[in-house]
Amino acid sequence: MMKRYFFCLMSVLACLPTWAQFRVEVSGVGLTQLPIAIASFRSEDGSPQKISQIVQADLERSGQFRLIDTAGAAFDENSRPDMSPWRQKNADSLVTGSINRLADGRYDVRFRLWDVVRGQDIGRDGYVVVTGDLRLAAHRIADFIYEKLTGDRGVFSTRIAYVTKAAQRFDLWVADADGENAQSALTSPEPIISPAWSPDGSHLAYVSFESRKPVVYVHTVATGKRRLVANFRGSNSAPAWSSDGRTLAVTLSRDGGSQLFNLDVSGGEPRRLTQSSSIDTEPVYSPDGKSIYFVSDRGGSPQIYRLPASGGAVERVTFTGTYNISPALSQDGRWLAYISRVNGAFKLHVMSLSTGLASAVTESNADESPSFSPNSRLIMYATKQQDKEALMTTTLDGKIKARLAGKSGDIREPDWSPFQKQTN
Amino acid sequence: MLTKKLTLVLATALLMAGCGSSIKLDNVPVEDRSGTKADQNAGQAIGDTTAKSTVVPVELNKSQQGNSLPVSSRLVYFDYESFVIKAESQALIESNARLIKADKNRKVVIEGHTDERGGREYNLALGQKRAEAVRRALGLLGVPDHQLEAVSFGKEKPAASGSDEASMAKNRRAEISYR
Repeated sequence: MMKRYFFCLMSVLACLPTWAQFRVEVSGVGLTQLPIAIASFRSEDGSPQKISQIVQADLERSGQFRLIDTAGAAFDENSRPDMSPWRQKNADSLVTGSINRLADGRYDVRFRLWDVVRGQDIGRDGYVVVTGDLRLAAHRIADFIYEKLTGDRGVFSTRIAYVTKAAQRFDLWVADADGENAQSALTSPEPIISPAWSPDGSHLAYVSFESRKPVVYVHTVATGKRRLVANFRGSNSAPAWSSDGRTLAVTLSRDGGSQLFNLDVSGGEPRRLTQSSSIDTEPVYSPDGKSIYFVSDRGGSPQIYRLPASGGAVERVTFTGTYNISPALSQDGRWLAYISRVNGAFKLHVMSLSTGLASAVTESNADESPSFSPNSRLIMYATKQQDKEALMTTTLDGKIKARLAGKSGDIREPDWSPFQKQTN
Repeated sequence: MLTKKLTLVLATALLMAGCGSSIKLDNVPVEDRSGTKADQNAGQAIGDTTAKSTVVPVELNKSQQGNSLPVSSRLVYFDYESFVIKAESQALIESNARLIKADKNRKVVIEGHTDERGGREYNLALGQKRAEAVRRALGLLGVPDHQLEAVSFGKEKPAASGSDEASMAKNRRAEISYR
């Protein structure tokens, strides 16, 4: 009887998102990783979130840091730690901090970053947040450290969207970039695919089958307000935002065949972009807004092409292989990620747009839906492991991968948000 | 005794969480495209004490169903990556064409599907090709275009769940769906 109780408890818990977490797998040699020691924050044992552990996990997942053991270290942001033991442990940097509950119930989180080699303070900051934003504060600390030490902007305080399927229930989730803190934005008995963040990170466009055909919605994440933006005759799919957030490129079959259109987000008549008798789909705007990359089978097999954002001459981008789909572009404009079929296996590939050279970056064989982190350093994608759907992140060279573990049901269709506005 | 009660409570919670309940056809709620929760929360202010990362959930109802012919008389099957209608499907398409032409008010949606291989959006487009091939075949048999709509579900609604060739062959289909 107890066994059954536990089984049911596990099943109910499995419907909850709280177990999600990325586990890091490192492969390859010759990696340069920055050694960093992150001490427990003073008073964090009594706080709802272990700030130092969240910061550690964030930096580790980036693939650019190696964690140094800090057991027994007791510091806060005002401490002046003796650097010699940390030099002996080969740490280049040390992070100290504290968390204090204020009279109004909010938390004051403070931290300081030390250059161990030079024995110098290289920065300090703090955030006052409500309990629900403690993880956000930890991610911002990780962003601060990442930017100070690598020179690139951190992506730990960004969010991801993805879809799960459990029995006949589909959920669209919004989670922290580490997969934690997942909240359901939409629950439906019918499939949801192709979520796409608006450039300001406040809306998601996606394809829903709730009316027994694919239609495109724009959903305000903070309020749950939804607007049907493409519900034309036939299928409506593959929404992609322009960089100013005013236009959606979509695939419509209203004139017969899947063709690309531009659509004002505020409404109005769609403007047809492609004129072919082939499949044209999966549009994505280049970060400079000048061109749209898309997939077409006009050459006899699906390949990636590009055309000017307002329509015009089409240019082929991929030439190797007979099935290249799902283009994603990095914000720095340098990289194209896509899925290519190689000997029957569907593998994530990364192409340098300046050289046109591409290579596979995974060992898996059912990769789907790549999207770049907004700092262009990581790619998130869906894949299958032991026949179960999983979400992964990888560095662009494929050497460091992390898997979102513990999420129940099939998990798919990830999209990485842009940088969040820093209004704190 | 306590554990028995807990089991019941948790099992109920499971059902409410939607982890596997079937909805009877005569019990189908009216479709609400706006989502029930959206209106209640429209225009809600985000105060200083609300977490910035809050997401308000929306739950949709099961959509409507309704058909006359048995499903086996409404399915057209396709080869891998193909949208060519095979000769063996011609008789089935002809009998559906007669039925649709007999009722001028009848609306029919042709739903294209694919097997699980490849991307979701590309499969959606491939399923659309299949649905449109059936729509054109019905049109050639004199069915007015305004009675027909071709849509696609891509690989999202497989008829068979296996990854073997027999299951995948069942999934490469277009269903003629009477509304």
